Amino acid sequence: MKQNKRKQRRVIPGFGLSLGVTITILSLIVIIPLCSLVIFTAQLSPAEFLKTVTSARVLASYKVSFTTALTASLINAVMGLIIAWVLVRYDFPGKRIMDGMIEIPFALPTAVAGISLTHMTVDSGWVGQLFGRFGIEIAYTRIGITVALVFIGIPFVVRSVQPVLEKVDPQYEEAASILGAGKNYTFFRVILPEILPSLIAGFTMAFARCLGEYGSVVFIAGNMPFETEITPLLIMSQLQEYDYASATSIALVMLAAAFLILFVNAVLQSRSSKIVSGIE
Amino acid sequence: MEKKYYVEMRGVNKSFGSFQASKDIHFGIEKGKLIGLLGPSGSGKTTILRMLAGLETEDSGDILIDGKIVNNIPASKRGIGFVFQNYALFRYLTVYENIAFGLKVQKWPKEKIKARVEEMLQLVGLEETAKRYPNQLSGGQRQRIAFARALAPEPQLLLLDEPFAAVDAKVRQELRSWLREMITRVGVTSIFVTHDQDEAIEVADEIIVTNQGRIEQIGSPKEIYRNPQTPFVAQFIGQSAEVDNFRELTGYANAESSAVRAIVRPEYITVAKQGEFLKYSLDSEEGVVEQTAFRGNEIELKIRIKENLLTARRLLDDAPVEVGEHVRVFISRVYAFDEQKAYVIENAALNTQESLVI
Repeated sequence: MKQNKRKQRRVIPGFGLSLGVTITILSLIVIIPLCSLVIFTAQLSPAEFLKTVTSARVLASYKVSFTTALTASLINAVMGLIIAWVLVRYDFPGKRIMDGMIEIPFALPTAVAGISLTHMTVDSGWVGQLFGRFGIEIAYTRIGITVALVFIGIPFVVRSVQPVLEKVDPQYEEAASILGAGKNYTFFRVILPEILPSLIAGFTMAFARCLGEYGSVVFIAGNMPFETEITPLLIMSQLQEYDYASATSIALVMLAAAFLILFVNAVLQSRSSKIVSGIE
Repeated sequence: MEKKYYVEMRGVNKSFGSFQASKDIHFGIEKGKLIGLLGPSGSGKTTILRMLAGLETEDSGDILIDGKIVNNIPASKRGIGFVFQNYALFRYLTVYENIAFGLKVQKWPKEKIKARVEEMLQLVGLEETAKRYPNQLSGGQRQRIAFARALAPEPQLLLLDEPFAAVDAKVRQELRSWLREMITRVGVTSIFVTHDQDEAIEVADEIIVTNQGRIEQIGSPKEIYRNPQTPFVAQFIGQSAEVDNFRELTGYANAESSAVRAIVRPEYITVAKQGEFLKYSLDSEEGVVEQTAFRGNEIELKIRIKENLLTARRLLDDAPVEVGEHVRVFISRVYAFDEQKAYVIENAALNTQESLVI
């Protein structure tokens, strides 16, 4: 029975070492900063904490942040799906360049994006002029914030849907077609379920990112308290007033929100992977 | 009078770029038959099946189903059942929803869908799997569900693309007879694609042999096996050894026909050890055993006769033969062929002996 006690050999050795590295890195870049957040907040009493995170101005900023982030992520889910679809399913000149352009929002300093978007959408900018004729103001409104967040979030959706869509077997469509299904029915009943987990993943990542986005939004938002003031900006202004405890309290609420979103995503993902892997 | 065909292809051509996948395909299939499309990989058999289904569009020629030209009818309107090689079961739908898919699309009433799906599940003997997802089934079960899904909308024609390719050998054997039985019971005209001649011969009523985009021969398994009409069929079917000049073999010197090359199959070779009784010993050859291989139910021998290496079989119970041993070999039949045709030629000894008996 001695042989049974031997550990199973792995092809790539060094599990202990690599796990150690993983934990160290995670602690340094994630856990330690998060702990300090909690410690700072702990300077406040529960009552003070509650008062800080539920003051009228803070509540208004949550509303601005959540509605704009949600709208932007929903737009991104639809648009990102279409972009991924086009990039995967069709061949056309300039496809490679377009594919590469998807990552520009990742690479560009967000402030640059914010400034250029603002410049374009103010009343005198060419997009701003166009919409101005219909009485729609973009810059310095929630629409402006949403535009900036759409820009920031689009790569998340495209890059999570694209590889999955590439692997969807064209035989599914043929099978559906032979069974008499039309294009729409095939898409919604057969293809969408295949890519939905990745679409949800892309959506939640974009949403979480949009909630925390600061750089590009501050320029275009106008930052009117109660109107276009996002939560990250509020945190910034608390910090500038050296009110660290308030800043970290609000940050903690944002952290909880982000965690909740990612948790919901994880639950949905594990459900779909159960279906695909066939393990009950 | 011309035969009434249920499915017909008339002069169909199809190219993919510069590759011609189908060249002037003509054939007709009677209603209720089970047809095997047999050929090596790349011979164009799957293309024929996909054109019938409407998944590929033919470049020229006509496809008729039930007497109507269906060239311009899309796949979704042809009323055909199709079983894909990898089954293409929808992963995010349960077994029940998969089978109901075609019925829902056709807007069957709910109760009728339920009844039909249950009927299909019962037919394939997998009632208990209704609520499971395809990936929770075994390969053989998936095959059956794919079959049930294709049959649920009551198609008049069922097409199966390499239906047994994705399951292991034992299950394949079971599924073959199962499928044969199911199709007979349902009575649906069926065409299946395979590259496995045993499968085609065992399952099909009629076999269409394809090679390089052309149809080589159409006939019952027996005809295909016993009377190959083209050199390709003679070589492809059975376990064949090729002989460069069959007239060198005893008993074939005066054979008619202009052919020189021939195919010899193990079932037409009798092997006897020195001293063993051999019926036509005067007309037999002497050969040297070069290789023996245990095949489970028999012993396979490679025997060299002059320059030719032939494959023969001996039963397990026969006296063992060793490598290097000299044996007597009687060849009762060869398939001779020239560039265009194949001919069945029997050993001259058989004819004379028979006439003597009479």
